[in-house]
Amino acid sequence: MDKYVLSLLVEDQPGVTSRISGLFTRRGYNIESFSSGSTELPGMTRITLVVKGDKEVLEQIQKQLNKLVDVVSIKELKPELSVYRELALIKVDTDEKTRASILEVVEIFRGKVIDVATDCVILEVTGDHNKIQAFIELMEPYGIREIVRTGLTALGRRDR
Amino acid sequence: MRLNGSQILMECLLEHNVDTVFGYPGGAVINIYDAIYEYQDRIRHILTSHEQGASHAADGYARSTGKVGVCIATSGPGATNLVTGIATAYMDSVPMVAITGNVPVSLLGKDSFQEVDITGITMPITKHNYIVKDVNDLAKTVRKAFHIAQDGRPGPVLIDIPKDVTVALTEYSKEEIEPVSEHTDAICEETLDAVVELINQSKKPFILTGGGVIRANAAGEALELVEKMQSPVSSSLMGLGGVPTNHELFTGMIGMHGSKTSNLASSECDLFIAIGSRFSDRITSNTKLFASEANIVHIDVDPAEINKNVRTFYHVAGDVKASLKRLNEKLVDKVSVERYEWKEQIIHWKQEYPLDFNQNGSIKPHYVIRKLSELTSGKAIITTEVGQSQMWSAQYYDYVLPRTFLSSGGLGTMGYGLGASLGAKLGNPDKIVVNIAGDGSFCMNNNELATAVHYNLPIIVLVLDNQVLGMVRQWQDLFFDKRFSQTDRNRCTDFVKLAEAYGAKGYRMEKVADVEPILKEALEQKVPVVIHCPIDPDDKVFPMVPPGAAIRDLITEESQG
Repeated sequence: MDKYVLSLLVEDQPGVTSRISGLFTRRGYNIESFSSGSTELPGMTRITLVVKGDKEVLEQIQKQLNKLVDVVSIKELKPELSVYRELALIKVDTDEKTRASILEVVEIFRGKVIDVATDCVILEVTGDHNKIQAFIELMEPYGIREIVRTGLTALGRRDR
Repeated sequence: MRLNGSQILMECLLEHNVDTVFGYPGGAVINIYDAIYEYQDRIRHILTSHEQGASHAADGYARSTGKVGVCIATSGPGATNLVTGIATAYMDSVPMVAITGNVPVSLLGKDSFQEVDITGITMPITKHNYIVKDVNDLAKTVRKAFHIAQDGRPGPVLIDIPKDVTVALTEYSKEEIEPVSEHTDAICEETLDAVVELINQSKKPFILTGGGVIRANAAGEALELVEKMQSPVSSSLMGLGGVPTNHELFTGMIGMHGSKTSNLASSECDLFIAIGSRFSDRITSNTKLFASEANIVHIDVDPAEINKNVRTFYHVAGDVKASLKRLNEKLVDKVSVERYEWKEQIIHWKQEYPLDFNQNGSIKPHYVIRKLSELTSGKAIITTEVGQSQMWSAQYYDYVLPRTFLSSGGLGTMGYGLGASLGAKLGNPDKIVVNIAGDGSFCMNNNELATAVHYNLPIIVLVLDNQVLGMVRQWQDLFFDKRFSQTDRNRCTDFVKLAEAYGAKGYRMEKVADVEPILKEALEQKVPVVIHCPIDPDDKVFPMVPPGAAIRDLITEESQG
């Protein structure tokens, strides 16, 4: 199954996320990630969806989403014409010995240390899915306590 | 002018020319009912026995008239009782506005008395729904709801109104409502030309008309296409009446209980044109084997139906009536010589495999329905319940007009028909309305006989009583080694007495010779009538496509011995 990124512009009405997630559940579509937030347009929300399926399923997903009254527009953001970003916060065990090497990796990944305690640090890293995955793998040996990720958010490069 | 929410609701109904609503009062809608009292000279309210009956009545009213059906229920159980009716309307694309009350805004989300999240519950079975928490949003919400219910592919919309909103005052000004415009933007000229090309090249064309033809008022255009192409034509269950079923080019219903001619023709045709149909599993059975020799052309107002169940060669995603008009304009009247063979083939199949049944001693449901069809010249409005009685009604009545066959096709709702018949009669007082029921379905919602009697709606309920839940039993007979699990009802209900208890008239058919005189007498009555017609529990619906098979591989009565 392939992955596709869809960018939805929706009216900021109560229940709009249930309408979308309910549609995916009852029609058996696979949704990998869902992130939403306000936009430059008042009263509008932009939702980035990562969906899994073949071309036919993608076509149906788009058409069915289009039938939802609150959905204003749907755009497929193809990788070559878009930027994808995700943000992750990772809490990692540290001590005197490991701190320096962790910071080195953070530096390489252009991440940030956003909180420091005696026995742990909270790190922030942004990038595409693979970059974050790679960073997490590098942190694993130190001991990861918690991870939180925003899900993918994306923007088309050239339009507008 | 300054009005309260309930009065604004009434005014908005009047803006949309609503003169009949179906409903049931309750605490959360008491203010709405106060307004219904005030507006009773302009809006007729039909009090049903149960909210489900109100929802089916609104549905029957909508299907038979083409107008939006309106039903009203209170919060909590009132609202949930509408759910089956709303889902029925959703599956069959029926324009409906359902209005529910709810607890006051301040009590929402607190598990208050008779509170239920009806917008949450109905999200998957409505085109859209609203909860109106501010009276200032009420009028525009009602207008949007009516628009959405009719726009493109029709369907139900629910408006939930908390009690305090129904008393809150605000300024109201009347608006002129524009008729909903047809969706024609995506009708593509090149595609139509390509379809014409396909039609002109086709040696073995075949047409399927679905419920969309009826919803779009496109029966005339569909018939014109059929006649211009001189193509054999079949119908889905929902499409019956779209093309007169007694037309010489009509080959019978298609699909699970379709005619052998239609199922063979769809399997052998080289061009299959589906109009206003969604290729439901009851039509296609095994989609891989469906119309496998054909280029499939799909005309439907809902773009999401294109390539959903069956991949198509060309498609026109737009208003069915407008699409057919434009297609017809492009077609020249011409029948190619090669098509002569195809026509002969169809005639041969029709003669070889007519829709028929064994007439032995007992009263045959097929015979009764055929008689009813003759006596009413195919012009009555037939509502059905679900199961064997529904399929016999589809097969043996000749529907010559659109909007005369009202049946729960998509959801398959037992208990639909009686409520629907009330709505149909109220919307069409001059027409004969007959609800053809089985004993199982009739027992689900026969409480609405009380409504028919109260409003003196002279509908006829024909109860084909085999004492069993026939369609499930038929499956058990054919595919479950006759293990009749819970399908032999054998209840001793006396339907004639039941009718009389409600104040309706009851007849009982005892033998074949009773059928015609009783039907005739029932058709002359000016009061609601129930006809009890006992039939054999082993009568089956044939032909039948077994599950998973290609639709050409039908089981027939003969093949079952």
